[in-house]
Order: sequence, then C-alpha cells, then structure tokens
Amino acid sequence: MPTAMRRIDQIVREHRFFAGLTDADVDLISGCARNVAFAAGDYLCREGQPADRFFLLRHGRVALEIAAPGHGALTFQTLAEGEIVGVSWLVAPYRWQHDARALEPTRAIAMDAKCLRGKCDADHDLGYEMMQRFVPLLVQRLHATVLQALDIYGDAHKS
Amino acid sequence: MPMSDPMLPQVVRVLRRRRELPEVWTLEIEPASDAAADAPNFEPGQFNMLTAFGVGEVPISYSGDPQRSQRWVHTIRAVGAVSTALTRLRAGDVLGVRGPFGSAWPLAAAEGRDVLVVAGGLGLAPLRPAIYRLLAQRRRYGRVTLLYGTRSPDDILFRRELERWRRRLDVDVQVTVDHAVGDWHGHVGVVPALIARADFDPARTSALVCGPEVMMRFTLAALRTAGVAETAIHLSMERNMKCAVGLCGHCQFGPTLVCRDGAVYRSDLLAPYLPIREL
Ligand SMILES: Cc1cc2nc3c(=O)[nH]c(=O)nc-3n(C[C@H](O)[C@H](O)[C@H](O)COP(=O)(O)OP(=O)(O)OC[C@H]3O[C@@H](n4cnc5c(N)ncnc54)[C@H](O)[C@@H]3O)c2cc1C
Ligand code: FES
Repeated sequence: MPTAMRRIDQIVREHRFFAGLTDADVDLISGCARNVAFAAGDYLCREGQPADRFFLLRHGRVALEIAAPGHGALTFQTLAEGEIVGVSWLVAPYRWQHDARALEPTRAIAMDAKCLRGKCDADHDLGYEMMQRFVPLLVQRLHATVLQALDIYGDAHKS
Repeated sequence: MPMSDPMLPQVVRVLRRRRELPEVWTLEIEPASDAAADAPNFEPGQFNMLTAFGVGEVPISYSGDPQRSQRWVHTIRAVGAVSTALTRLRAGDVLGVRGPFGSAWPLAAAEGRDVLVVAGGLGLAPLRPAIYRLLAQRRRYGRVTLLYGTRSPDDILFRRELERWRRRLDVDVQVTVDHAVGDWHGHVGVVPALIARADFDPARTSALVCGPEVMMRFTLAALRTAGVAETAIHLSMERNMKCAVGLCGHCQFGPTLVCRDGAVYRSDLLAPYLPIREL
C-alpha cells in the first residue's frame, strides 16, 4: 500500500533515533517497519519470548518490568516518546529479558528484527549506522544499570 | 553578613520539628541573633554548622525559603552521632549555630536563561531554597525544570511540595525512582536519563546539581552530552568539616577547601578532581 508505505517512511525519518539516515537507508529500514498501537496494560513483549521485534515509541509510556518473586512486577525503567523498547533483538539468542507493558495508550513503530538483521548483514554500511545508534543506547543503559545497582541513595548521607 | 565570632556557636531554639522520611527530619530554628531579621539572611546553597551540645558539630545546608528570614530551616538525615542527636531535638530545645557559610547557587547569573535543577535523594534539600527563589522570581528566568531522582516512591523527599510545584504551569517537574512496585505511575530509571527528555536550550541553560557524588558524576556526563557548557553547571560538594572558615584544612577537595570555595562549585573547576576516589 503506497500510502501506508509513505507514512511509515515519514515516521521513521522523523523519529529522533533515526535522525541523520540517508533516504536510501530510511527506505531499507521502513521495509521492516509497521505501525502498532497498544492499550494501557497491554504487553509489548514478555520475558523469555523470542525478541523478533523492537519498538520506537511515538506516543505514550512503557514500563520495563521483571517478575520478582514475592514482589509481583518490579519496574526498573519507564520509557517515553522518542525512545526505544528492546535491545535483545541485537544479540543471540534473541530472547526478551524482561516484560514491556504500556502504561497508557501507546503508539509505536514495530521493527521486524529478523528483517532488519538481514538487511544489516547484506549492507554493512546500514549495519554500521544501526550500531552507531544502538551502541550509545546500550552504554547509556549500562550506566543506568550500574547507578541503580550501586543503590547510591541507600547509604550515603545525602540519600 | 554580620557575624560576631565565626568560631563561636550561638545558642538558638528549635521552633518546630517535622518528620519527612523515616530517618530524615526538618528542623525550623531561630536564626542566629546577629542575622538580619527583616531581610534575606542567607543565600540558597549556603550551610550552617549545627551543634548538638555534648555530642558535636556538623555542617548542614539550609533547606528553607530565603525570604523567610525569621526562621532557618534544615533538613537532616540521621546517619551518625551528631546528625541523630540533631534530629531528636524538639520544639523548645536548644542547639548551637554558626553561619551562614559557603558559596551560593548562581541564581543572579542564571537570570534570562533556562534553569535546570537536578537533585538526587536528600540533595533536594540544599536545592530547595534555590527552587523557592526561582519560583518567587519566576519571570526573571526562561524555562525552569526540576528533575528529581530517588530510590523508591517511599523515599521521595518533600513529596507534597513536589506535587504542588508540578501543578504549576510555569515549571516542569519530573520525578523518577530507581525501582518501583505496585501503584507507582511515574518515571522509573535514573535521574540523568531525564535530562535527554527535558525541554531546555542547552546553549542558554544553567544547571544546578546536588545529590550523591556518583549521581552527580553521571549527571555531569549527561549534561555534557546534552550540550550544556561546563561553566554553566554548578554542583554542591560535601566533605567533613571542622572549622568551616578555611583554617583547619579538614574539608580539602583537590586544591580547594569546600567550606571556603564551595560547597557550590562551578563544574569546570571541580571536574578534574571528581573521578578520583579519595583526595
Ligand atoms: C556543606 C555540607 C552540607 C551538608 N548538608 C547536609 C544536609 O542538608 N542534610 C544532611 O543530612 N546532611 C548534610 N551534610 C552531611 C552531614 O554534615 C553529615 O551527615 C554529618 O556530618 C554526619 O555526622 P554524624 O556525626 O552524624 O555522623 P558520623 O558519625 O560522622 O558519620 C556517620 C556515617 O555517615 C558517613 N558520613 C558522614 N559525613 C559524610 C559525608 N559528608 N559524606 C559522606 N558520608 C558521610 C560516615 O562515613 C559514617 O558512615 C552536609 C555536609 C556538608 C559538608
Ligand atoms: S572545615 Fe576547616 S578548612 Fe574547611
């Protein structure tokens, strides 16, 4: 559907995560992209399931959760417009390590991970562009995890 | 600020004590008798040396409204002998006070600019006087944003006030917790992550940062990434103190003395010494 295709193109191009991509790359990526919507409470993904998609949030908010025995769901991060849900699709065995649940009505672009991995394998320039976007995200999330794990507010007097 | 003998504590009374969190109390005390009674008598960012008689003396920042010169407000976490003794004082009890000491948040220099206030944990207390002033003089500033991070929803300091500020249309207040269970509907994640989402013009933003040192280092990195100039970022540092007047060297930090050159520092003067574990 050309109209739908155009819309996806536009959305991908305008999403801040893909800022700076060439038109050719946007076309390639858009071939793997699809518009999706979730109601509040819907799950975008569940722990243990195949990470065959990731999401670029356009509207709404999403909680990343881990089931903690005795505590129910423990939220360790919330994400909002402009941000990415899902990095497990990047590395084997491509399984979600957490749940992602919409906290409010949420619209997103779902990226077919297999499709995108295939295109990155075939076109390393595109793969490099994707890595340039995902590696800082991974580092940023690693830093956040370190901060959380240190529990800096726990024992310092200023906490 | 007139001060008779900066080494001699003045005896003042506790006017009120309020519990904020399980280990955190706010004391409202009489100002030192030589402080001006009808004009602001301290600057946001400054601190006092408070004495629990018979126990000891510790530095504690002001956490109250600088316009309210009739009472000085301090928010204290009980971590050891002195801070615990202070949090046990009740209305009518006496304590010793020396101050105000130290540098101030650069609120005059921030006029006409966007102001980003980033607080972690109890670090909100030393920033609260600055927030009062920013809100009282709201028109002098561009966008005003407060980003506050703490451990869990139960550890949110000054919760009611944060909620009140949130309802204002002229200030963006974002609160995040490290982790949450149950019915928390706010942000979860570390406070530096909120910086990327906040709406400010990095080229004309002044940032005021206070919290645990590790949080401040990560915040500094996020502010740099966002494009805020090093010279426009201020941090409040803590080191143990004795004299508070630049004599004993107890509070040394790199080549500086926190009591004399801080506690509020411009980050470019501080950054070279921040990643080093002990100085
Ligand atoms: C400029 C300045 C402003 C401050 N403002 C406030 C404030 O507004 N509210 C507040 O609650 N506290 C504040 N503090 C910290 C406060 O001074 C200390 O918590 C206090 O000195 C602890 O004394 P204590 O005798 O109760 O505990 P101690 O017996 O001295 O220490 C108890 C425990 O706390 C740790 N500790 C003590 N002081 C520090 C410190 N400075 N940094 C890291 N760990 C420490 C010790 O390592 C020990 O584990 C400030 C410190 C400075 C330098
Ligand atoms: S406390 Fe003595 S020099 Fe700072």
